[in-house]
Amino acid sequence: MSAPLLSVRDLGVRFGDADAAKNVSFDIAPGETLALVGESGSGKSVTALSILQLLPPTASLSGQILFKGQDLLSASPPALRKVRGNDISMIFQEPMTSLNPVHTVERQIGEVLAIHAGLRSNAARARTIELLDQVGIPDPASRLAAFPHQLSGGQRQRVMIAMALANEPDLLVADEPTTALDVTVQAQILELLKSLQQRLGMAMLFITHDLGIVRRIADRTCVMTAGEIVEANDTQAIFDAPQHSYTKHLLAAAPRGTPPTPRPKAIKILEVENLRIWFPIRRGIFKTTVGHIKAVDGVDLTVRQGETLGVVGESGSGKSTLGYALLRLLSSNGRIVFLGEDIQNQSWKAMRPHRAKMQIVFQDPFGSLSPRLSVADIIGEGLKVHFSHIDAAERDTRVSKVLTEVGLSPDLRYRYPHEFSGGQRQRIAIARAMVLEPKFVVLDEPTSALDVSIQAQVVDLLRDLQSRHGLTYLFISHDLKVVRALASSMIVMHNGKVVEQGPTEQIFANPKETYTKTLIAAAFDQTAIGSPPAKS
Amino acid sequence: MTGLSAAPDKVDLLPRKPGNPIARRRWANFRANKRGYWSLWIFLVIFILTLGAEFIANDRPILVSYKGELLYPALVNYPESKFGGFLATTAYRDPYIADEIAANGWALWPAVRFNFATVDDVLPHSAPVEPSWLMSRDQICQNYPMGVDDSNCIWSNYHLLGTDDRGRDVVARLIYGFRISVLFGLVLTVISSIIGVAAGAVQGYFGGWVDLLFQRFIEVWTAVPALYLLLIISSVIAPSFWVLLGILLLFSWVSLVGIVRAEFLRARNFEYVNAARALGVANPTIILRHLLPNAMVATLTFLPFILSGSVATLTSLDFLGFGLPSGSPSLGELLAQGKNNLQAPWLGLTGFLTISIMMTLLVFIGEAVRDAFDPRKTLA
Repeated sequence: MSAPLLSVRDLGVRFGDADAAKNVSFDIAPGETLALVGESGSGKSVTALSILQLLPPTASLSGQILFKGQDLLSASPPALRKVRGNDISMIFQEPMTSLNPVHTVERQIGEVLAIHAGLRSNAARARTIELLDQVGIPDPASRLAAFPHQLSGGQRQRVMIAMALANEPDLLVADEPTTALDVTVQAQILELLKSLQQRLGMAMLFITHDLGIVRRIADRTCVMTAGEIVEANDTQAIFDAPQHSYTKHLLAAAPRGTPPTPRPKAIKILEVENLRIWFPIRRGIFKTTVGHIKAVDGVDLTVRQGETLGVVGESGSGKSTLGYALLRLLSSNGRIVFLGEDIQNQSWKAMRPHRAKMQIVFQDPFGSLSPRLSVADIIGEGLKVHFSHIDAAERDTRVSKVLTEVGLSPDLRYRYPHEFSGGQRQRIAIARAMVLEPKFVVLDEPTSALDVSIQAQVVDLLRDLQSRHGLTYLFISHDLKVVRALASSMIVMHNGKVVEQGPTEQIFANPKETYTKTLIAAAFDQTAIGSPPAKS
Repeated sequence: MTGLSAAPDKVDLLPRKPGNPIARRRWANFRANKRGYWSLWIFLVIFILTLGAEFIANDRPILVSYKGELLYPALVNYPESKFGGFLATTAYRDPYIADEIAANGWALWPAVRFNFATVDDVLPHSAPVEPSWLMSRDQICQNYPMGVDDSNCIWSNYHLLGTDDRGRDVVARLIYGFRISVLFGLVLTVISSIIGVAAGAVQGYFGGWVDLLFQRFIEVWTAVPALYLLLIISSVIAPSFWVLLGILLLFSWVSLVGIVRAEFLRARNFEYVNAARALGVANPTIILRHLLPNAMVATLTFLPFILSGSVATLTSLDFLGFGLPSGSPSLGELLAQGKNNLQAPWLGLTGFLTISIMMTLLVFIGEAVRDAFDPRKTLA
């Protein structure tokens, strides 16, 4: 290997008494892509941030970070500023918050050009247009005056990349640059990064939790867990012959298993006809309705007992709104028949007896549990409403039983949510729904906030609960891999409308709509080589 | 089913202390702010001491043994006939009564033998009189019947911080004034917080028309000039403690509404609130169990500052002469006396120092409470 561009030696990062990273060492050669892979809390982002010393002042660093022979850890602030954005640039995860909402695109990119290249007015404008063109923004001249909120998520990330590339850096640090994006956009951004890297000959440090992405983009890969690099090798070698047990565990963690078979003769649990949720757009002094945002527009669906219906779509497709409306948590139009009874026009009070039979598990396990109640209170809350005749001792027994069922020790029931990890919290949220012995559960992206290895466990748990209790699921997800492992039939939503529906395997094998084809291609193109052949 | 209950996520099973861990962490955060923690202790000690003002500064003894009978003059109002006189109340400072008690038993006096209204009639010269440590013993005792040798010319009859322009002891007035200021502030803060939180909760939770109308009403209400209203009312009825409290309450409850309303608007669509709705929990229960604790954080953080604001309001009204009825011990009245008697700087200085120390302590406590409830520190 030629002389490394960046060489990290024994890097240690401590917050107070806790090691966020220790003994981290790696090299990046010019023009090479190195991926740092790990689950949340593995120290990968901390490592990336410490290269440009963007960590909060409470962090104490040790070791060496040599960039072109200069130690960045001991560099003075002015020397660091010269490196930042000029020799090393960074792309962040969240495109919405990493652009300043009150500045136009031209001003944001112009700032970088002015600081490091000294370009002003016309020269800067010409370079900005060139950069925007490079990152694939159509008609860049007209986009100069756009504000971040006028751009889509993918476009914002492209602007971020344009800013990072403005001074043709030698090293690009990309911290989960595609995690917040929809799958189809993700694929485009990765394509763009790879082609830009080849054209400009820069090195890239790519931080991600997604093994599929790593396989597509990285030359070499470092696997991190608990603040340490446990394995570093060529990407191909890591995927072909993982050495460390943690790497093997990660690789094997993709969700697998087969969904329950569709049962066309089972009774209908839920039947929905022409469901519409339109939000009026009001303009003018008199607030006249000039149009509608059609969040859900004319959806028909039927869910039969013991089935899982997958609802797939990208962000903004109306899939979560649909789930809320089915449980009457949002008002809607159209017929909703639950267990043979039309519940659409029932009052809040009349709905209450139904609520025990229809439950929901939310996406964010950190937001869906009240931080001030103990686990026993959280799970017991529904019991108090629906099983008011049972006494405290019986309630406690049921809470313990359901905790065991979701794979947690009943001894933990007096603890508070913040003492649990994300996966455990999601188990608690599932227990809260299951303790009422529902017939129908809406699962609103229950796995998307979790690490891959935990994801697989939660999917297994959900499938296990389903077969044991004959549950019926409506599984909302953007992740086609998980849907494929859980759903017997699925609907694909786009802009509030159902564009395709049918048995899952049939849709995957033979997608009819172009939109479905794009989704499937984007999701499995990255992972086809990455995930074990568990599904086919 | 591999790894269902397996390793990657596990919780330490160490034995744990009882109680809510969040509350424990908040208390730890509060204690970490040394300044606020000590301020709380100092404030509590002063406040609890002044709660027993009658046993520290009083013109009656705490305990009297008279003809073999134990009497509690600080608590019980004995008629003078008890000691052979004829008045409805007993003036224990009167030499006749004092001699009578001394002849038939003994009396245990508090540290300061004046209460807030006692006028000392053996002052060395016309009031206001300077602090005793600025005078020699001869000067202090010159008007006692037996001069320096008088048995009543003792420490507890001195005026350590002087007297005001009516010959009343400043120390006694400070002790009683501090107590009434803090009590007034506390009652005002608690009642206006209860009203404010309830109003904010209703507005934030139900939103829509309720919120719109209520907000407009509050805008109109806060535009009413409270001071003028006070002037008008106090010219019609004599403002007692409770009347004053009522008038100030009319306007002080709005201060918390905005915060609580915003907190409810934010939290009513939290996923755990939606989860509770999906469980079929009723609205009042959701408000009390899930939303109110959120709003309480903001409320408790503001409480010490509202308390110091209330104390300052009362003081300024007293200073202007529209506050508590004349004769009541009050820090504002002490300041006003200082302003009117510039030749007696101890009045103004004492008032100023007391009020600024009290405000500083309250603000320090407030800062520590704010730290304690800081979600970045508590839930990190």
